[in-house]
Amino acid sequence: MSILGTRVLRTEDPRFLTTGGVYTEDVVDDRLAGACHVFFVRSPLAHARINGIDVSATLSAPGVIAAYSGADLADLPAIPPMMSGLINAEMTRRLLAIDKVRYVGEPVAVVVTEHPYQGEDAIELVAIDYDPMPPVLGFELPADAPLLFEAAGTNVAGELGNESSLQPDLFDGCEVVVSRTIVNQRVAPAPMETRAAAAAWSTDGRLTAWIPNQGAQGTRAELAELLGLDQSQVRVITPDVGGAFGAKFGADPEHAVVAWVARRLGRPARWTETRYENLISMTHGRGQQHTITIGGSRDGDVRAYRLQIIQDAGSYPRIGAILPYLTIMMTTGPYDIPRAEAIAKSVVTTTTPVGAYRGAGRPEATAAIERAMDLFAAEIGVDPAQVRRKNLLPAFAQPHRTAFGALYDTGDYVAGLDKALEAAGYAQLRKEQADRRASRDVRQLGIGLSSYVEITGMGDGPESPPTENASVEVHPDGTATILTGTSPHGQGHATAWAMLASDELGIPVEKITLKWGDTDLIPEGGGTGGSRSLQQGGAAVQQASRELLEVARERAAASLEANQADLVFDRTRSAFAVAGDPEASVPLSDLAAAERLVVRTVFSAPGATFPFGTHVAVVEVDTETGKPTLLRMITVDDAGVVLNPLLAEGQRHGGIAQGAAQAFVEEVVYDADGNPLTASFADYPFLSATEVPSFELAEMQTPTTYNPLGVKGIGEAGTIGATPAVQNAVIDAVAHLGVRHIDMPATSRRVWQALREAAALSGSEDT
Amino acid sequence: MIPAPFDYVAAQSPEHALELLAEHGDDAKLLAGGHSLLPMMKLRLATPAVLIDIGRLSELAGITADDGELVIGATTRHADLAAAELARSQAPLLAHAAALVGDPQIRHRGTIGGSLSHADPAADLPMALLALGGRVELTGPDGVRTVSADDFFVGFFETVLRPQEMLTAVRVARKPGVPWGYQKFVRRANDWAIVGVAAVDGRVALANMGSRPLRATAAEQAMADGASAAEAAELAAEGTSPGEDIHADREYRAHLARVLTRRALEHQR
Amino acid sequence: MTRIELTVNGEQRSAEVEPRLLLVHYLRETCGLRAANVGCDTTSCGACTVLLNDVSVKSCTVLAVQAAGMSVTTAEGLAPDGELHPVAAAFRQNHGLQCGFCTPGMVMAAVSLLAENPHPTEEEVREGLEGNFCRCTGYHNIVASVLDAADVLDPGGTRAAGVSA
Repeated sequence: MSILGTRVLRTEDPRFLTTGGVYTEDVVDDRLAGACHVFFVRSPLAHARINGIDVSATLSAPGVIAAYSGADLADLPAIPPMMSGLINAEMTRRLLAIDKVRYVGEPVAVVVTEHPYQGEDAIELVAIDYDPMPPVLGFELPADAPLLFEAAGTNVAGELGNESSLQPDLFDGCEVVVSRTIVNQRVAPAPMETRAAAAAWSTDGRLTAWIPNQGAQGTRAELAELLGLDQSQVRVITPDVGGAFGAKFGADPEHAVVAWVARRLGRPARWTETRYENLISMTHGRGQQHTITIGGSRDGDVRAYRLQIIQDAGSYPRIGAILPYLTIMMTTGPYDIPRAEAIAKSVVTTTTPVGAYRGAGRPEATAAIERAMDLFAAEIGVDPAQVRRKNLLPAFAQPHRTAFGALYDTGDYVAGLDKALEAAGYAQLRKEQADRRASRDVRQLGIGLSSYVEITGMGDGPESPPTENASVEVHPDGTATILTGTSPHGQGHATAWAMLASDELGIPVEKITLKWGDTDLIPEGGGTGGSRSLQQGGAAVQQASRELLEVARERAAASLEANQADLVFDRTRSAFAVAGDPEASVPLSDLAAAERLVVRTVFSAPGATFPFGTHVAVVEVDTETGKPTLLRMITVDDAGVVLNPLLAEGQRHGGIAQGAAQAFVEEVVYDADGNPLTASFADYPFLSATEVPSFELAEMQTPTTYNPLGVKGIGEAGTIGATPAVQNAVIDAVAHLGVRHIDMPATSRRVWQALREAAALSGSEDT
Repeated sequence: MIPAPFDYVAAQSPEHALELLAEHGDDAKLLAGGHSLLPMMKLRLATPAVLIDIGRLSELAGITADDGELVIGATTRHADLAAAELARSQAPLLAHAAALVGDPQIRHRGTIGGSLSHADPAADLPMALLALGGRVELTGPDGVRTVSADDFFVGFFETVLRPQEMLTAVRVARKPGVPWGYQKFVRRANDWAIVGVAAVDGRVALANMGSRPLRATAAEQAMADGASAAEAAELAAEGTSPGEDIHADREYRAHLARVLTRRALEHQR
Repeated sequence: MTRIELTVNGEQRSAEVEPRLLLVHYLRETCGLRAANVGCDTTSCGACTVLLNDVSVKSCTVLAVQAAGMSVTTAEGLAPDGELHPVAAAFRQNHGLQCGFCTPGMVMAAVSLLAENPHPTEEEVREGLEGNFCRCTGYHNIVASVLDAADVLDPGGTRAAGVSA
């Protein structure tokens, strides 16, 4: 019986549960002996000119080896914005700020010390003279807002369409049109492990950098670019990574500065940021304002939808600046809407740069359309489940091309919705809600829905086929090693990839070792992100294993003096045997002993896959205090075939909690001067176990044909589906009191304010 | 993040601690559990030159009862106070408040004396002590003085403790069987109260409604005059001056104080 | 510098330390026990949780000098022979960890919780872990792990809210 589809326990766990993982800060390596420690001096101002930097007092502090500012690194090229074709090319940055700072937390100088404790003392002694400038904050920037980049002549980083390209007659013929401007707020990825780096240069001028990342090969490319090096001069090693959520893709300026310091001083250097630094200078996520307009008939037929996006890209345009591209691609989500259009604009503000965060562009699209569906349903007074069912695309077997260029591979959205409603006991929930409304219970019940479809495993562009490589080697002792271009940091690839190889090769999972994240060992790879790993990296492992068996079959035939066609592979023995003569056999390990038995292959998929599902959130709102409590989360997340339910469920659980957290608590907050107010875990509301329930997962598997495994991505389903479901549930709980919308996070205060405003409008005292 | 450098002395006895305080004065801070002080020091919001460790002084820990009062040693840890049968039966409100401080790890280390001396207006124990009309014993070079909770907290993280004094014990009247109510409104379980209310025996204390824990005197007076819980609660925010932060503005805090006071009065245990 | 003597994972140790040295850094740098991690600056996340005289504490908020004369147990100390402790085994069985960064602290918090309340309800487990943050699991499988560990550690026990040892 195949091991695939079973709950195989993680082979990586015993290490984590005894000595703990070896994260970058934990790495003990001869090459790092005698390492110095790098500390960053960061801007305390959102926007200011730098008049002067004086490090002299620092240099005489205990343990200080050196201190550097931007001028010392001025020979390195300015860093262009990511995707400079789409983004204003003048919006460049330096590894350490030179003339201006553009967000609180921007690195301005570094102090290098012998011991880490000395660094925290020494950075307090760096004197920087700033000339403050007005901050630039928000989505709709006034025309006279100061420019972050004078050379750019604008604070608009880039646009996809504009107001003049909107169709004036889009909503013609609609009986009902609802419009609203809503915010998909800025959040912090906040992996438990903060950013870190360790760097050492060898005598031949080659850099070895240990960096927590999501793909060593991409990190190497960016690090080389930041340092003006050829990629061949850089080796990136990936220790264990304590969570990433999109924010550890590539390399950050800090990583490059640590490498630069190591070269300048001729000794290895290390850096681990504090949580404070992490919350103000690791890229943030989301940060979009949406103006949604939806129109249709009174009986619930949606005929037209418009999405206008403003992306707050933060100070220096990174991947976040172009995420509206993905949001636009998913504008209509799982719905069949005859007329739809979307435009987007990215603006720069004096805040932390925005990057990818679990879902990256797709949660925003889902939040917009799901809010629009509920606004429309509320306007016409029809049950939101019914409105969704009426407008979902019918099940399709052939790929479906949307007006926005996405090609949905396989899907049955109505079935997903119905399964979720059934698992939730939707009718009963509505009845309980009606009872509570009738009895004017202080604690009102809200039921929120979110039907979604998302993109996973996308290539570099919509038309470029996504690929990944793997190599599989069987050793003479009967063990095997897999090299992968993916980069697990909690997803369990070591177990899952071993399952795939084991299923082909008949080698037990515990005897298979996975290696990743060392660019000298694995020069190519796409890393882990965008929910791509299993469908491409896993498929590559299966393909490599099969190809290895073909190589082995040839050799076995020679060894057994038999025809290849007469050989059968006996998985129970990991051996080829002559059909009808099991005694005449040769195990793979023997073949490996005779000659190295290794295959490297590249798997190429025809395109991205589109998982889908429906989330149902049940929320209780205390109508006196406004406090929402999440009671239940019921989800259908159809990501095709499931390889290991244990791992897939884990991905769903984690995503659901993160998604729910965005809906009702998480937000990065800046004050009017651009000071971050959520720069610690005391202030940034990272959820604890007490704020979420256990989750109810319903199963549905609609295979894709885009890989032999039939799998799609599952990593981001939670943050895509859960957020709008919870937000809709909170609003639903108080909808009968006149509330139509509450922006995220739907905190107690916001719910209370919404109730108060609704009561004032209706002239009622009933809050 | 790590504290700025300091000198460390482990006090050998309460008297030794007082001598050390006298010697170092303003430069010194007492360290017991360290769960109020060390976080401030790591953020360098506090940079004492000397830490005097009283955490090991067994004389200062423990819960006893005399005829009328429960006496809680200053270095009694929150977890021990929360679990102590004597506290749970004689001053259940206090035991309940101790069980809500921070999280389990913090309760394993933090002490009642430390929490009260720290005087965070949003904290559980200062509010609880105020509701109970408790007292603190402050020991200094000239002996012991006893100060009521009403007089002890004077401002934002500020008490009447003098630089050469230390809080050595806490006294609350034994009130077995007297109903009490406790409401703590939080964003997360382990957060400080956005607003807190403790009510017992005609007294109502509020957390995070001003620069120090406050009594809802107008509500108390109304109750004394025979008002219903709901009527009295409407007056709960009178005379308060709550601050504004990312969780709540003044208006919302005042509203919460009224709602939570009513609940604390109506849902007593 | 101050001399301290203490027991770490059953082993007697002695060291000269700077008074401001945090216990977590003493364990990681001086003892080379790197399972406990630093995840925040504000005593919030619990990734540094260890046992001090058998109860859970956040070692980022305990000075090494405060631990003098006491006994410290880290995640490494739960598995002296490499065998998984029953709580750790339950985490594996229930997929209660993903990236692993919070895990040693989470396991130590769970060990302390079960020592105080051998048969917690789900709600008691959630409250008992309120000082330990995890970004990966949504807590679902962590809670399942702890409930499972309770059954393993004391198979005959019964679960009743509010009843503790």
